[in-house]
Amino acid sequence: MADEKPKEKPREMRAEVTVPYEMAVGSNWHRFFEGLKEEKILGTKCRKCNRIFVPPRSFCPRCFDDNEEWVEVGQEGRIETWCYSNLMFPGQTLKPPFVPVQVVLDGTDMGFQHRIAGFDLSDFEKVRALVKFGGRVRAVWNKEKKGTIFDIDYFELVT
Amino acid sequence: MGKAVAIIGTGQTKHGRRNDVSYPELVREAVKAALEDAGLTPKDIEGVVSGTMPSMMEGISDTHLYFADAICEVGKPVLKVETCGSTGQSIAHCGFYWVASGAADIVLVVGSEKMFEGDGQATMSTVADPWFLKPFSAGAPGVFTMQAMEWMHRFNIPEDKAREAAALISLTNHDNALNNPFAHIKITMTIEDAKNAFIITYPVRLLDVCPTSDGACAVIFASEEKAKKICKKPAWIKGVGFRGEEYFLGESNKSIWPSATEAAKHAYEQAGIKNPLKELDVAEVYNPFTYQEMIFYECFGFCPRGEGPDYVLKGTFTMKGELPCDPSGGVLCTNPIGASGLIRLAEAALQVTGKAGARQIDGAKLALSHAMGGIDQFNGVTIVGADL
Ligand SMILES: [Zn+2]
Repeated sequence: MADEKPKEKPREMRAEVTVPYEMAVGSNWHRFFEGLKEEKILGTKCRKCNRIFVPPRSFCPRCFDDNEEWVEVGQEGRIETWCYSNLMFPGQTLKPPFVPVQVVLDGTDMGFQHRIAGFDLSDFEKVRALVKFGGRVRAVWNKEKKGTIFDIDYFELVT
Repeated sequence: MGKAVAIIGTGQTKHGRRNDVSYPELVREAVKAALEDAGLTPKDIEGVVSGTMPSMMEGISDTHLYFADAICEVGKPVLKVETCGSTGQSIAHCGFYWVASGAADIVLVVGSEKMFEGDGQATMSTVADPWFLKPFSAGAPGVFTMQAMEWMHRFNIPEDKAREAAALISLTNHDNALNNPFAHIKITMTIEDAKNAFIITYPVRLLDVCPTSDGACAVIFASEEKAKKICKKPAWIKGVGFRGEEYFLGESNKSIWPSATEAAKHAYEQAGIKNPLKELDVAEVYNPFTYQEMIFYECFGFCPRGEGPDYVLKGTFTMKGELPCDPSGGVLCTNPIGASGLIRLAEAALQVTGKAGARQIDGAKLALSHAMGGIDQFNGVTIVGADL
């Protein structure tokens, strides 16, 4: 009967999408990742606005000019901003809690995203007491290099 | 701005967990409601604009194909536009430009999302590249929290004050949602509940963060001639603005957020608005995070930079305040992402046409609507008015 209410709630049916990718990083980021293997952090410079980009940009997003000059930048920097993450979701690389950070590396003009670690992160009040805006951090290298962003294991607080 | 354009009909679904309907059925609910509101039939529609978040959200790509029938696109030109969270404003602008160009007289714009069916954060984190940003992704809350921290630091806002103001924003939105028949989260809560809720990404807590919702919204745009013929009380588009920013989060200053500031400025110029706090009667600000809502107030010129919390704490943006914000309960209480930015516009249109029911701001004649998207990258603003 058309006016009869269904006895059960309409069901949900499972669907799944899994797609592997092999994505080109391009020669610009390739050079950056090769640099990490040698414990060097490399950036590119715009000849028009003089800004230094890490991650390197093959062109300046504002001037739209090719960035042809490479520079090695500092392995220390200051904390531009940070947060403390308790959030977990599928596909996440790092297991919470962790501390994402934007570091302005010495000699660069913008925030570089990485994480702060090297001490007990389980209590956010303790983390908050240690991590300060403008505070200094230093890259800690992974012994094993894979040519990925995790060749820098994390940034440690410089005290 | 091109020719004059009006909104002549809006429709929303009841938002929330909608596993009683399939995705196309959900979308059709909003389209049907908008057609009924405008007194039109599908054959009156000359073109359709559709938009959602990344396709993985619901497991089906190019969803405008899946719900072709639900959005009346058979035999008509169709466009799909995606800009993440700002999709709702982008599709509205697309519909506006289509009619303002004179190429069509009546265009249907539909935004939707069915977020309970997949994993919102897992999907959204795929808008980040896999090498630099995604490895450190703490989802949307991580991005917005870093922005809020930068803002508090730059303007020397004491953390306690920001937290107090964030809690009041949470309370205001949740109270407002109780007046909105379409809203998803309807709870009674206290300031203390907000301040002591579970930490998601410090200092952002559970009640500072939007839900994930299933829902759809449809808005019908018409030319001046058609609007005057069909609709007793159209909502006129007074200004539109949209701005993008660099991809990498660290390359622009999110504490003063250039894209939000410039998008509003562009819309204000067209609408002839000089003092938004005084001239606007109501605003539907895209507010998935309480802290971010305060940054928007500052970018939109509702208050000076760094004074968002002060204005919030003196009640400026409550229902009885000088500029009520999000009488609908906002994104904080309802967030079907691809629809959320369009819902802001639909709500603004309801306000200036006196059709907002229990959430109506008396005598509202000029309203701002807004949405934000990407990794803090996009901002769109649309201003609607009661008068042409
Ligand atoms: Zn440049």
